[in-house]
Amino acid sequence: MAILTKDQAQALLKKVLSYSKADECEVNLTGTDSANIRYARNSVSTSGKISQSQLVVSSAYGKKLGVATINEFDDASLEKVVRRSEELAKLAPENPEYVSFLGPQTFAEAHTYVESTAAITPKLRSDLVAQSLQVARDAKAVAAGFLEDNTGFSAMMNSKGLFAYNTSTNTNFSVTVRTEDGKGSGYATRGYNDITKLDTRKATQIATEKAVKSVNAKAIEPGKYTVILEPAAVAVLLENIFFRLDARQADEGRSFLSKAGGGTRLGEKLMDERVNIYSDPFNTDLPSNTWSGDGRPQEKIAWVEKGVIKNLSYSRYWAEKKGVKAIPGPEAAIMEGGTKSIEELIAGTKKGVLVTRLWYIRDVDPQSLLLTGLTRDGTFYIENGKIQYPIKNFRFNESPIIMLNNLEELGKVERTVSVESNNNYLLPPIKVRDFTFSSLSDAV
Amino acid sequence: MKRRDFINMAGMGATGAALLSQFPLMGKPISAERALETVDVALKKQLADVALNAARSKGATYTDVRIGRYLNQFVVTREDKVENIVNTESYGMGIRVIANGGWGFAATDKLDKDSIAKTAETAVAIAKENSRLLTEPVKLAPQKGLGEVSWKAPIEKNAFEVPIKEKVDLLLNVNDAAMKAGANYITSLLFLINEQKYFASSDGSYIDQDVHRIWPAFFITKIDAATGKFETRNTLSAPMGMGYEYLDWRPQDKIHSVTTLYKGRYDMLEDAKAGGMQAGEKMKAKSVEPGKYDLILDPSHLWLTIHESVGHPTELDRVLGYEANFAGTSFLTLDKWESKNFNFGSKLVNIVADKTQVGSLGAVGYDDEGVPCGKWDLIKDGVLVNYQVIRDQAHILGLNASQGCCYADNWSSVQFQRMPNASLQPGKQKKSIDDLIKNVEKGIYIIGDGSFSIDQQRYNFQFGGQLFYEIKNGKITGMLKDVAYQANTHEFWNSCADIADESDFRLGGAFGDGKGQPAQSNSVSHGSATARFNGVNVINTSRNIG
Repeated sequence: MAILTKDQAQALLKKVLSYSKADECEVNLTGTDSANIRYARNSVSTSGKISQSQLVVSSAYGKKLGVATINEFDDASLEKVVRRSEELAKLAPENPEYVSFLGPQTFAEAHTYVESTAAITPKLRSDLVAQSLQVARDAKAVAAGFLEDNTGFSAMMNSKGLFAYNTSTNTNFSVTVRTEDGKGSGYATRGYNDITKLDTRKATQIATEKAVKSVNAKAIEPGKYTVILEPAAVAVLLENIFFRLDARQADEGRSFLSKAGGGTRLGEKLMDERVNIYSDPFNTDLPSNTWSGDGRPQEKIAWVEKGVIKNLSYSRYWAEKKGVKAIPGPEAAIMEGGTKSIEELIAGTKKGVLVTRLWYIRDVDPQSLLLTGLTRDGTFYIENGKIQYPIKNFRFNESPIIMLNNLEELGKVERTVSVESNNNYLLPPIKVRDFTFSSLSDAV
Repeated sequence: MKRRDFINMAGMGATGAALLSQFPLMGKPISAERALETVDVALKKQLADVALNAARSKGATYTDVRIGRYLNQFVVTREDKVENIVNTESYGMGIRVIANGGWGFAATDKLDKDSIAKTAETAVAIAKENSRLLTEPVKLAPQKGLGEVSWKAPIEKNAFEVPIKEKVDLLLNVNDAAMKAGANYITSLLFLINEQKYFASSDGSYIDQDVHRIWPAFFITKIDAATGKFETRNTLSAPMGMGYEYLDWRPQDKIHSVTTLYKGRYDMLEDAKAGGMQAGEKMKAKSVEPGKYDLILDPSHLWLTIHESVGHPTELDRVLGYEANFAGTSFLTLDKWESKNFNFGSKLVNIVADKTQVGSLGAVGYDDEGVPCGKWDLIKDGVLVNYQVIRDQAHILGLNASQGCCYADNWSSVQFQRMPNASLQPGKQKKSIDDLIKNVEKGIYIIGDGSFSIDQQRYNFQFGGQLFYEIKNGKITGMLKDVAYQANTHEFWNSCADIADESDFRLGGAFGDGKGQPAQSNSVSHGSATARFNGVNVINTSRNIG
């Protein structure tokens, strides 16, 4: 099924709802065209194109819910999927936490769709990869990378009159360049809604430069260091905060946002006062959907303001129980930054470590949000405002909450991609003191 | 899907469509009765032939077609509530071709003849477009056509045939047992998978396979509201390549150590009760003193260390650089293998890859390139002797056949090299867990898997666990908490000093091991008996965020 227009989606969803006999019915419809090229050893390895669509029907009788989906769209199939969800609802046990579907909402238009990305051709895709490969080959280095693009739409409608529709495009690109002898490695990643903004040549030049400069890394002692984290490294640490803003977990006493004696740490200052984190679907550099999967409007929300926990996210059930507004979790997070470039942050650093990328991030203790992981693809020692030499990679054990208390300086915000979740964020490079490196790694 | 994503999802209490929207790879939900239908083999052959012919006519020199019907059922509960019962199905076709010497792939969920022919044409067009960027053409190891063959997992009880009520009752009883034993919260789940896979290739193979997997699991939290502290205790079950019989435990399937351990079958109720109590004990346990300890590692823990530090670095695609941009490369470079004397570990360390192991997650008859599966040594008497290989890599090692390590997690994903089951062989001398513990002066006995992280070449790792017991002068003296160990793979495996015998051999496994771009999930088992590692660096993970 092609990408449906708003009118086409509305007509299809109305037809699906016309078959419903349940107390309540809600229908979600999505369609995606995606394609990718993967390359390694300076050559294309795999490449593919996938087109998929899905219709999800949720039917409820009282507090009994059934869900069924289908990817065929003739009338008989549409009626069949509605009947199937109703049968499942009748078989399901009552869920005391079921909340009646939302009524009509007003949604602003999202700015997530860019025609140039939707109109991508196989030739443009392979040209973008060819440009990346050329940079590495010219430098006698070895590139491995991944380019993917997605064009999709999503729509929902329910028996209480709610209708929502959106289209979106996105492209993510990442490249790792290694020297031929395997002694140096560099990385760069980019994400955009508009593929014309993607410069694979420039990104690969940065990765190549890091690879060449990271050859023959020296070992320095693990310990606490002042660290400048590039935005791609900041992303994989901070998203562990973005994903865990759930009020229920905090209320239940099993989150870093739980308070001794009960309740949450909402309103408490947990980080340096220069820390401001928010989400905003209308940000022009990082537009996101204006409605959540269950039909709640997404608005600009401050999550951390001047270091204080300003909002928590709520499921509709938990918000109803607590008598508060049911704010959905952030779709895309933004952290405010400063005015300095990474080079300027380095210039102002007496002794420190520059980190290009962090890797294999895992929870160690959810109570303190202690995370572990390693530096990768470009780690350098800074002294007297200059990069002095490449250093061997470290394992770190650090909590992003502690890290944001040890803030020294914030750089200029840029759009980046998390290598762990593939999510796009707007984040600054961050300079922090006392970042805990606990052991050395021989990995390049 | 990463395993931790699933765990996060399961703990969130999402319902219906909201849950499904977080789960794009899971496919579409279907009713229970449809899960028992299968697609006729003759029809699948007919559809596959349409694709094979269309690709050949457009210029493909090799084509393989996978028609997959992927069924999942998951039942998720928390405390006294059923959060979700979902049946999903994903059905479609993936077509992979070689044209102009390069790979191309396209997939469709519209299985009419026109759509299949068009998808084959797209795959060939992609291969041709990208062939200009190749440095050398793909070289496939030969694989003779096998004709029409089939393989079925030897399960005793199809989990999809067990009534939902029985599953719900089990989980709610599990939750009740944990809560009565002191848990404040518990999420429990049953995750069931049936892959009905059909493979056809221009070599002349038509392979029909039926694969089953099961993962019963729970996650317990104990809180102390006054201090705001909490501890967790996760299930000690292993995901298995079995039917529902995994939950029909027998007395001979239990090993009685400091807690009950499970071999081949699982008593979920008993484990939940123990878990509820142990989460409380963890609250009161002594925080570990950092330093060097001799570690006694239970198979419910050691499987993950084997997976990360042996399984991944012996993947040949990583060694060669195909995964350099994401998962990384490997320290087990070809020169180490060519030398025939690289001491990966101590002489006790024998690690065998085995795609035929009954009950394991990775067991199949044939891989996703139509290669019959087998068993081979990776590490022999401590020395690196082999890797994991697929058809387009075999020539690099001078092999004239693939080792059958190709897998795709869905019809819509392109197949690539994935890890086979890889297991540490048990010790040859008769030794029990107690025999291992009694020789340790200062040590920690670790049970269950926890936090895990390893670098991109698989040197430096850090692992947590579920249960930690201090050993002093050969005796367990009490529980510890805040434990994680850090080591270098090479040093760690060379410190392997003792391994219990075959009677203690048990499988653990990864239900959703992530690799590749776009990321794909693989299920793989790793077995071992309890083993001892000397002088490993243990850190204390407790922090205060104020």
